[in-house]
Amino acid sequence: MDFLRPAGWQEALAAKAAHPDAVPLAGGTDLMVELNFDRRRPERLLDLGRIRELYEWETSPDGVRLGASVPFRDLVGPLRARLPGLARAAHTVGSPQIRNRGSVGGNLGTASPAGDAHPALLAAGARVEAASLRGTRMIRVEDFFTGPKRNALAPDELIRAVHVDAARGPQEFAKVGTRNAMVIAVCAFALALHPHARTIRTGIGSAAPTPLRAREAEDFLTGVLDEGGHWEHGRPVPPAAARRFAELAAAACAPLDDVRGSAAYRRHAIKVLARRTLHWTWTAHTSRTGREGEASCA
Amino acid sequence: MRVNLTVNGRPRTADDVWPGESLLYVLRERLGLPGAKNACEQGECGSCTIRLDGDLVCACLVAAGSAEGAEVTTVEGLAEEDARLAPVQRAFIDAGAVQCGFCTPGLLMATDELLARDPHPADADIREALSGNLCRCTGYESILGAVRLAAERAAADRAAAEGGA
Ligand SMILES: Cc1cc2nc3c(=O)[nH]c(=O)nc-3n(C[C@H](O)[C@H](O)[C@H](O)COP(=O)(O)OP(=O)(O)OC[C@H]3O[C@@H](n4cnc5c(N)ncnc54)[C@H](O)[C@@H]3O)c2cc1C
Repeated sequence: MDFLRPAGWQEALAAKAAHPDAVPLAGGTDLMVELNFDRRRPERLLDLGRIRELYEWETSPDGVRLGASVPFRDLVGPLRARLPGLARAAHTVGSPQIRNRGSVGGNLGTASPAGDAHPALLAAGARVEAASLRGTRMIRVEDFFTGPKRNALAPDELIRAVHVDAARGPQEFAKVGTRNAMVIAVCAFALALHPHARTIRTGIGSAAPTPLRAREAEDFLTGVLDEGGHWEHGRPVPPAAARRFAELAAAACAPLDDVRGSAAYRRHAIKVLARRTLHWTWTAHTSRTGREGEASCA
Repeated sequence: MRVNLTVNGRPRTADDVWPGESLLYVLRERLGLPGAKNACEQGECGSCTIRLDGDLVCACLVAAGSAEGAEVTTVEGLAEEDARLAPVQRAFIDAGAVQCGFCTPGLLMATDELLARDPHPADADIREALSGNLCRCTGYESILGAVRLAAERAAADRAAAEGGA
């Protein structure tokens, strides 16, 4: 086995072009487990640890360009206000030790249906910046997951960054698991309100072969909010509509029975999380804009 | 391959490192530092917790080659030069927080990091800071007590130093 340690980004791209089989190593919180348990014996590791710019982020009014190796810790910390949904998801990842090393780029690289960054990225709106010596392309995060633990990267490509849209409204992420730390999601749901565009977007985790958006639920709720004038008057979403939204979110799932939970439980839990996150985000939206919609406890 | 790093303030070199080898293996098997424990090898138990360039990490999930040039602190680095126990170690003993002792090095490293960052942690902060460290002997009450005790003693020391100054 070879251990490649490029000092800069161009060198990393050149190494990946020369050795498409080289396996990138960021925080190692997925990859090292595979090596420790002999589940994988790659010919080459491509350690990205020396490439400073992968640990940095740039902000603009449009959003954040998040370096691939930025650890979850920085999302929970300095980036929380700018990326609230992703920060909430990051806060549920593993433990402090895992959040200090694990990155969004690594989460995307693994592309597990249970990756916690994914629902938050889907709901917020994000693009993956994939680069190779051939050039750079932007992949919408909805197009990035191509199957269980499979993604849209070509063999010579690396993730340089993730571009996440600025949060212009409240965002939530909720995850079901057996305890508050160190759990792989039984299922997870993210919701983001986009008041400037009068739309809402969702992300579902661990309830289908890939992370996905609940499109019908989104369209339904966007229509209800629009037709009911809710963006103007800020009144709560009618309970029947909230229920329907939750049912459509559950219908978008294609869950499996596994050791963490049954398919039926996952569908039910997604319904509950969808209703809850809608309640939380809409309440936050209306209290932020000073409109009515004072809500009772969940 | 060869890996050069600083461990507990001293420059160290490990030879014949296999490229897929973990930093934990290098510390324990090549550098003779068995303080960080080897248990789950998947980041779940926290018994191999160390500091890597200041960050609290599981040494089992760090590729040794990535630690080239890094600054590592293990539990062996907590005690004073004259082998006097560090205040967090003292507090764990006094609070009865050590039973079989296997999880203790990791818990000490996590506690040390927490108190350096937040000298007056609330209980919820202590629980979160230790959420990546498992103890299978009993429970966590004495461990939480040890962290509170270490924090109280440090606060008392600071107050005494200020009062005396
Ligand atoms: C104890 C424990 C608890 C965990 N809990 C959670 C959890 O709660 N939620 C969750 O979502 N995950 C969890 N994980 C999984 C893991 O921490 C995350 O998936 C994390 O995001 C991986 O990031 P990393 O930087 O460590 O990736 P690495 O392990 O370094 O890499 C992961 C994959 O991505 C590829 N890769 C990395 N960087 C790039 C790049 N720039 N370009 C292309 N490919 C790249 C690698 O080749 C590899 O295939 C947990 C892991 C452990 C060990």
